[in-house]
Amino acid sequence: MSVLALSRLQFGVTAAFHFIFVPLTLGLSLLVAWMETRYVRTGDELYLRMARFWGRLFLINFALGVVTGITLEFQFGMNWAAYSRYVGDIFGVPLAIEATAAFFLESVFIGLWAFGWGKVSKKVHLLAIWLVAIASTLSAFWILMANGWMQRPVGFVLRNGRAELSDLGAFLTNSAGWVTFAHTTLSGYVLGALFVMGVSAHHLLRRSQVPFFRTSFRMAAVFGLVSAVLVAAVGDQNGVMVAERQPAKLAALESFWESRSNAPFTIFLWPDPKNEKNAFEFLSIPSGLSLMAFHRAGAEVKGLREFQPGERPPVLPVFLGFRIMVGLGIVFIILTFLGWRKGRRGRLESSPAYLKILLYGIPLPYIAVQAGWLVTEVGRQPWIVYGVMKTSEGLSGSLQPGQVIASLVGFTIIYGLLAAVDIYLLARYSRANPEEIQLGAGQEPRKAEA
Amino acid sequence: MFYLITWFILWGVLWAVYFMLDGFDLGVGILYPFLGKDEAKRTAIRASIGPVWDGNEVWLITAGGATFAAFPSAYATLFSELYLAMLLILFGLIIRGVSLEFRGKGEAPGWRRLWDAGFFVGSLVPAFLFGVAFGNLFRGLPIDAQGSHGSLLTLLTPYALLTGVLFVTLFVTHGLLWLAMKSGAGLGETALRRARPAWLFSAVVAVGFLVWSALGTRLAGNYLDRPIWLAVPLLGVASLILIRVFVSKNRPLAAFLASCATIVFMVFTGFVGLFPNLIPSRLDPESSLTIFNAASSPYTLKVMTVVAVIFVPIVIAYQAWVYRVFRGKPSGTY
Repeated sequence: MSVLALSRLQFGVTAAFHFIFVPLTLGLSLLVAWMETRYVRTGDELYLRMARFWGRLFLINFALGVVTGITLEFQFGMNWAAYSRYVGDIFGVPLAIEATAAFFLESVFIGLWAFGWGKVSKKVHLLAIWLVAIASTLSAFWILMANGWMQRPVGFVLRNGRAELSDLGAFLTNSAGWVTFAHTTLSGYVLGALFVMGVSAHHLLRRSQVPFFRTSFRMAAVFGLVSAVLVAAVGDQNGVMVAERQPAKLAALESFWESRSNAPFTIFLWPDPKNEKNAFEFLSIPSGLSLMAFHRAGAEVKGLREFQPGERPPVLPVFLGFRIMVGLGIVFIILTFLGWRKGRRGRLESSPAYLKILLYGIPLPYIAVQAGWLVTEVGRQPWIVYGVMKTSEGLSGSLQPGQVIASLVGFTIIYGLLAAVDIYLLARYSRANPEEIQLGAGQEPRKAEA
Repeated sequence: MFYLITWFILWGVLWAVYFMLDGFDLGVGILYPFLGKDEAKRTAIRASIGPVWDGNEVWLITAGGATFAAFPSAYATLFSELYLAMLLILFGLIIRGVSLEFRGKGEAPGWRRLWDAGFFVGSLVPAFLFGVAFGNLFRGLPIDAQGSHGSLLTLLTPYALLTGVLFVTLFVTHGLLWLAMKSGAGLGETALRRARPAWLFSAVVAVGFLVWSALGTRLAGNYLDRPIWLAVPLLGVASLILIRVFVSKNRPLAAFLASCATIVFMVFTGFVGLFPNLIPSRLDPESSLTIFNAASSPYTLKVMTVVAVIFVPIVIAYQAWVYRVFRGKPSGTY
């Protein structure tokens, strides 16, 4: 494989791996903050135990998110030096702001939260977890503004042989960044909610600590339902934007080859990129695609054949990724809705089949978010910055294949082992009895000082 | 020009503060197998840095991000040239971070040994390789108009290795003083006692580094042009001497602060010598990356200056406050 292919694979592996941990951090931090808020408001120890139990899982996951994030900060320079030189003037800005304005907040206050039980007052301790939760979302904002700029470059001029920032306002109001931010962050909230619901389902099936896990479940279900509906709404907006600005990506999403107006949406199909058509198509909704993409039945949708083969993204992964993401998104709305309704009616423990689906369904939101990234990033190919710079032009000039093979193998082995340990620990601590394993056990929060 | 100089200074400050802060917890990690003779001591050592190491490491992320935003060409050249060194640093930091998190999550002796080893290796490798990397930076990288002429082996020059040793020994001394300050009778006393030979070794290596830098690199030029800047290395040496004075007086906090100053001034010594270069070329001075040819546009630098002026003081304030919350000897674990 070439240095280019290896570097792309490495970026894909390290970014995808990082994004195993990020969405749970986003979702769980807010849930834990909400639990601790209820504790501080009501004084009910149940919520304190909840914050501690879920907080423990949060911390295991958080550590991996942090260490895998460091890699990404430096990989642009290591493997993508030409890219970094060309766009650093603008792309470096959100990364630097993320570190300064968000990541610091997150990392400093997570230390206070984890080790500060009994060191600070209840309210300050609560503030710490809220700062962690807000900083996580803020962190996502800056990173996704950077990503949004790669999808839809704005606010720059080509000058001095590179892209230079010319309009910070345009950069900060980039709709691609905002929509990606909303879509990604909300999907993290859904993942966090389904994680809590799945783990709670395990305990509810065993009738262990029922009040504890019933309450956890119900909080997560409300949070998850709201987020899942919003993810879909924002996703729809995202689709409209892609249709307008990245027609090749839209065509790949639907494996749509021939340009036409009143484009149908085909429910079952299989792409055949070699022959520039679909191997089969089954069940089409007339004008469905035009409606989805442009919210107008008569709108024309460009087919892949409009683009030179070298200008098209790989069709199969983008097409499959999109179907998987959207399908799972609908499933999550149904699951969280059922959870919310069953929780309200006190029917959770009497629905073992539903609980089992949630338990064994814990991997599903992970699959959905990875599929989503696949769609966005592979769908942007062959561009690294859409319409401005090709991925193949972004590589470091000094790299030898041996170096990248060494790093790719190294990352894969280390990350693989860490993933195994992480899953083992999360499973172990998820199954634990919250009475027995708690964060900061034996240290009661200090009473608020008068 | 104002922004270029501001960002050169900020660049130096970010790296110096990173080494000052992460320096002691990397040092603590290197000391861990030697001082952590039993389970209680190992727990105490880890607990001493538990609440703060994560926040310390963010200075590295910020230094990296700031390099990217303010000097994109320097960011690109530095990390692609130092590819394998940077890779090993990342592996080290990854393993170290998870070791600290995972260590307490199991009871089996094998489990504990594994993550204990990860904490040690993950501290030693980055400490040493950061030194090697900065040694190369101070001496210049083998780049010219055609690009790069380096490999991992060309990085391992004697001067760079000495800088690596300097970083390790300064961090070990720094870590000993941190432990002397943060741990109870047994461990704290041992750490303070060990700080004496560690200090002596640091002092010898530091003098060697300064002499070699003066004679064997181009760092001396700026000092010869403007001798006033000699104040920086002199302050470094003075702080180094103060460490020993405070160790003798049995004042670990003061000795630790002197050690902070030593690290900061040592890093500044290199940066003053570099100016206005960011990455000097050791093949062809014309190919050096400087604040003039590697910087972002004035507009970007202005935006970043506003960000830095607002957020850096806020960060320092809340980070200092968290240090204050955890002042004294740690009690519980989590």
